Amino acid sequence: MAIWEVTSRLSDLPDFMFPSFTQVMATLFSGLISGQILVAIGASLSRLLIGFTIASILGLVLGYLIWRYKLVEDTLGFLVTALQSIPSIVWFPLAIIWFGLNDFAILFIVTLGATWTMIVNATSGFKNVPILYQRVAKSLGSSGIHFLRTVILPASVPQLISGLRIAWAFSWRALMAGELLGAGVGLGQLLEAGRALGQMDLVISVMIIIGVIGTIMDNVLFLRLERNVERKWGIRT
Amino acid sequence: MYLSIKGIEKSFPHKERGTVKVLDKIDLEVEKGQFVSIVGPSGCGKSTMLYLIAGLEKADQGTISINGKTVTGSGSDRVVVFQEAGLFPWLTVLDNVTYGLLLKKIPKKEAEQKAIEMLKMVHLGNYIHSYPHQLSGGMKQRVSIARALVMEPDILLMDEPFAALDEQTRMVLHKELLDIWRKTKVTIFFITHNIREAVLLSQKIVVFATRPGKIKAVFTSKDSKDGVVPSDVTLQLEKQILAELQDEIEKVLKEEMGDDYSFKTNSVSRDTSGDMGSHI
Repeated sequence: MAIWEVTSRLSDLPDFMFPSFTQVMATLFSGLISGQILVAIGASLSRLLIGFTIASILGLVLGYLIWRYKLVEDTLGFLVTALQSIPSIVWFPLAIIWFGLNDFAILFIVTLGATWTMIVNATSGFKNVPILYQRVAKSLGSSGIHFLRTVILPASVPQLISGLRIAWAFSWRALMAGELLGAGVGLGQLLEAGRALGQMDLVISVMIIIGVIGTIMDNVLFLRLERNVERKWGIRT
Repeated sequence: MYLSIKGIEKSFPHKERGTVKVLDKIDLEVEKGQFVSIVGPSGCGKSTMLYLIAGLEKADQGTISINGKTVTGSGSDRVVVFQEAGLFPWLTVLDNVTYGLLLKKIPKKEAEQKAIEMLKMVHLGNYIHSYPHQLSGGMKQRVSIARALVMEPDILLMDEPFAALDEQTRMVLHKELLDIWRKTKVTIFFITHNIREAVLLSQKIVVFATRPGKIKAVFTSKDSKDGVVPSDVTLQLEKQILAELQDEIEKVLKEEMGDDYSFKTNSVSRDTSGDMGSHI
């Protein structure tokens, strides 16, 4: 930070192109206080949450179908692996044509970004449930939905969590890309505004916010979730 | 007869040979409350037989009936104890044991009470709130026995339950299993490759031949009513069973190591320190 401050002060670039650390902090602070940044965070996160939730549910359901039915695995399973390699922002032109340049288009690519990974992880999670657990449960009389709820789902929790973590990272990236190009309020849109107005201090502030939110979600939420499961299961003590 | 197995045949698909017959015309009768052991070389289909009784697999031919009722699927009247304990790592010991009871729609309070009682019977009363990974191999296997017994099954199906344990733990569990068997009068269908174990524990010993699995011989040990058999009797039985198994073991070995391999040592392998000096 000190290096940043010094290089910024000494550099030939004007302030708006290479703002100093203190300047960025000031902008960040005033942005937070005025509510401009908070509103953007709220808008972004709510989009993310909706898209991510849809993707998780979709991923679980489709993952289940692929795991359960050979026909679905041969058709949809193959398609998913192919679609997974397409970055979700690539869908954006299509989304704009289908939904218009609005929240829906962004939501669409956010959901898409997370869905494929979620499907792949859910499928492999279900497939890797030890046959022993399944036999034990069946021998004790479990079947149908109860079997799914009490054996298949909990047994694949470790893999589901790592799936959620990757899916979250994908949808977070898709969200930023979508908001940069898209409309309405949001962190990406704030970045775009900063660029348009030539306010690099605002751009850097938003980058900091994005970094902080990303770290919190990844390291605090998902990592903690993973650790908890590992401790309980005795994978790591 | 209580458990009656008639003309069971079962084949599995095989990559190179099309299908492989693992069980061929199995007929077996088991009385209520009997402790029956199945011994045989590995791959002789003894585990498959157990899964068929459990209803986890379906037979190609033949019927299995319990108390006159034909087995069509898995059910909690026949609970399996597997070689690995197979406890659910996401549940506590108590929740693992109540799992089946709650499935039987028994109220939670009552289920927990029964589970605790059963856990005390296998001497794990102090570990009810532990997670499976905190227990040793022997303790895990005791939990899995408790989980099966708490269901009050008509038949307890045990698939080499002690094979993965060390000798000392196994000896302790042998004794505990016999205690439990006497107390609960449950019918036990016990699978093992350990002749000694079979002789020590059971009243009836069924020797399986391999490829395809067939019943080769049936022995009854009349002296084991209360689970204690004089050692000269067990040794005699062990020798007889080993003699029956010899051809089968050779068959398996030949398949694995080539036709020129021969296995013929007509003796029971035993700890020699037990009869120190007797051979002088």
